[in-house]
Amino acid sequence: MGQLNNKTNYKKNIKPYQLKPNYLMNCIKAFLVGGFICLLGEALQNFYIRFFDFTEKTAGAPTQGTLIILSCLLTGIGVYDKIGQFAGAGSLIPVTGFANSITSAALEHKSEGIVLGIATNLFKLAGAVIVFGVVSAAVLGIIRLFIMNLLG
Amino acid sequence: MPKMGKQTWKFMSNIYLSSTGTTAGPLESQGPLGNSFDQVYDDMHCGESNWELAERTLMREAIGHCLRKVSKKEQDIDIFLAGDLLNQTVTSNYIAGENQIPYLGMFGACSTSMETLAIAALLVDSGFANYVIGAVSSHNATAERQFRYPTEYGGPRPKTATYTVTGAGAALVSKEASPILIKEATIGKVTDWGIKDANDLGSAMAPAAADTIAAHLKDTGRQPDYYDLIVTGDLSSVGSPIAKQLLYEKGYNVDGVHQDCGLMIYRPDQPVFAGGSGAACSAVVTYGYIANQIASGSLNRVFVVATGALFSPIVSQQKETIPCIAHGVVLEAAGGQ
Amino acid sequence: MEYLIAFVIGGLICVVGQLLLDVCKLTPAHVVVTFVVIGALLDSFGIYDQLIKFSGAGATVPITSFGHALLHGAMAEGKEHGYIGIAMGIFKLTSAGITSAILFGFIAALIFKPRG
Repeated sequence: MGQLNNKTNYKKNIKPYQLKPNYLMNCIKAFLVGGFICLLGEALQNFYIRFFDFTEKTAGAPTQGTLIILSCLLTGIGVYDKIGQFAGAGSLIPVTGFANSITSAALEHKSEGIVLGIATNLFKLAGAVIVFGVVSAAVLGIIRLFIMNLLG
Repeated sequence: MPKMGKQTWKFMSNIYLSSTGTTAGPLESQGPLGNSFDQVYDDMHCGESNWELAERTLMREAIGHCLRKVSKKEQDIDIFLAGDLLNQTVTSNYIAGENQIPYLGMFGACSTSMETLAIAALLVDSGFANYVIGAVSSHNATAERQFRYPTEYGGPRPKTATYTVTGAGAALVSKEASPILIKEATIGKVTDWGIKDANDLGSAMAPAAADTIAAHLKDTGRQPDYYDLIVTGDLSSVGSPIAKQLLYEKGYNVDGVHQDCGLMIYRPDQPVFAGGSGAACSAVVTYGYIANQIASGSLNRVFVVATGALFSPIVSQQKETIPCIAHGVVLEAAGGQ
Repeated sequence: MEYLIAFVIGGLICVVGQLLLDVCKLTPAHVVVTFVVIGALLDSFGIYDQLIKFSGAGATVPITSFGHALLHGAMAEGKEHGYIGIAMGIFKLTSAGITSAILFGFIAALIFKPRG
């Protein structure tokens, strides 16, 4: 092991001391929880198609809505952050993670009032998702439209 | 000479840690040192309507316990030194407004505990004050909100992250005899070795801790085994071995005498990542457990080195490195005098 | 069988996210943003539609579908109204998701107390 007392190479030399994430275990947990949330989504989607007037195309909306309500509830009763620490990306990537980021930010700032606390902080974390989603979709849309017009 | 070497103050008269008060939250009370705190809360809100008020209650009650143990009142205190982790140290400011003791706000992030204790001892030794209270607090939820993500956010944190201790510690410093003497204090320099990851403060603060400990040993001409215990504030399981290795390379072997408050306060199986952190971490361990151990004679000489990361979330997001500091105070059993 | 496919595909998408977190050391916010952009990119080549056809909720539940739906809505209107249609249609398909997230997030914040 090299000399640790070396300011310039400190960041490199301390690598062996830093706790490594358990890559495999984290991936398995993310897979299981993420997969389970999608499975739940599939079941909800079939439920809405079978018992309500939804088609395969339109059933996505109520499915996402139900998952979002569930996520908001779990965030409110203080469970979603525990799931998140266990599952990592497994509960971050599904739409429930989006709802969690909104609810948690709103809840966190509740003590500052409804307007300046809850409402202005609602998109503190989720705002980035919407901004990047809209910007990338708009840019890609314009490019595609331009090419389509070009090709007639 | 009151000054030893470059960074160390030696107090000329007998300065005592006359009384201490500690409060802690639910997770801390379930830890191995749970019995050593004066008051524990089983709810993070501590009966208040929001986190900031909860932190204030923690500090208020810690000071209350500290004063009641020696039957003192706020009016008896000459100066109140306090700090916490919130912007503009608001917890301390409001408590100072309540207790109406002349007040100096302190900030050294998580090193504030020993910063206040060192200055308190200095003020008493110099005769500018007879009774000084030093207090610090931190609250997991207020610190998480300010430095990281909302508490209910499900984004996972890496293993190197630390968990802010919910609690507060207060110390009364005076010349009134007690079992614990405050002998020396070593003031640290800001040490910044280029770590940028706010989720790895242990690595960032280890060089600061090693720097202050080495400076202290050099100034006093001592070896680590002069102490029964050299305890760092919140280096956690990541920073502790790094600090030990840094000291070893400087020629000081602290194996066997070194411990870390962030590792002492929780059981290894509690969900705290790499260990505890926060201004209250070193304060509640020192003013609770360590003070009891010195008073009971189990420990004789202890060097407490509180470590602090002096960054803000804004500069951290601007990709700046984290400046760190460590201040140390020597506590000694008065029995031998 | 469709449940198994939804489980496996959804799980695998999350594993990619986990690798971005652990190996590339991205913050959760960066990972989510990356996924949204990837979703929009995959939609441009019609790949994401195939994935939805194949795995159902396995592809519609992860946040990648948000990027996909944004572009999808934008293109549908864009074809009809030209460039201005992109601005008109971008939130068309995602409206239900965003509205319910805002509404229920707001209500949850009103009802509950943070637990720490």
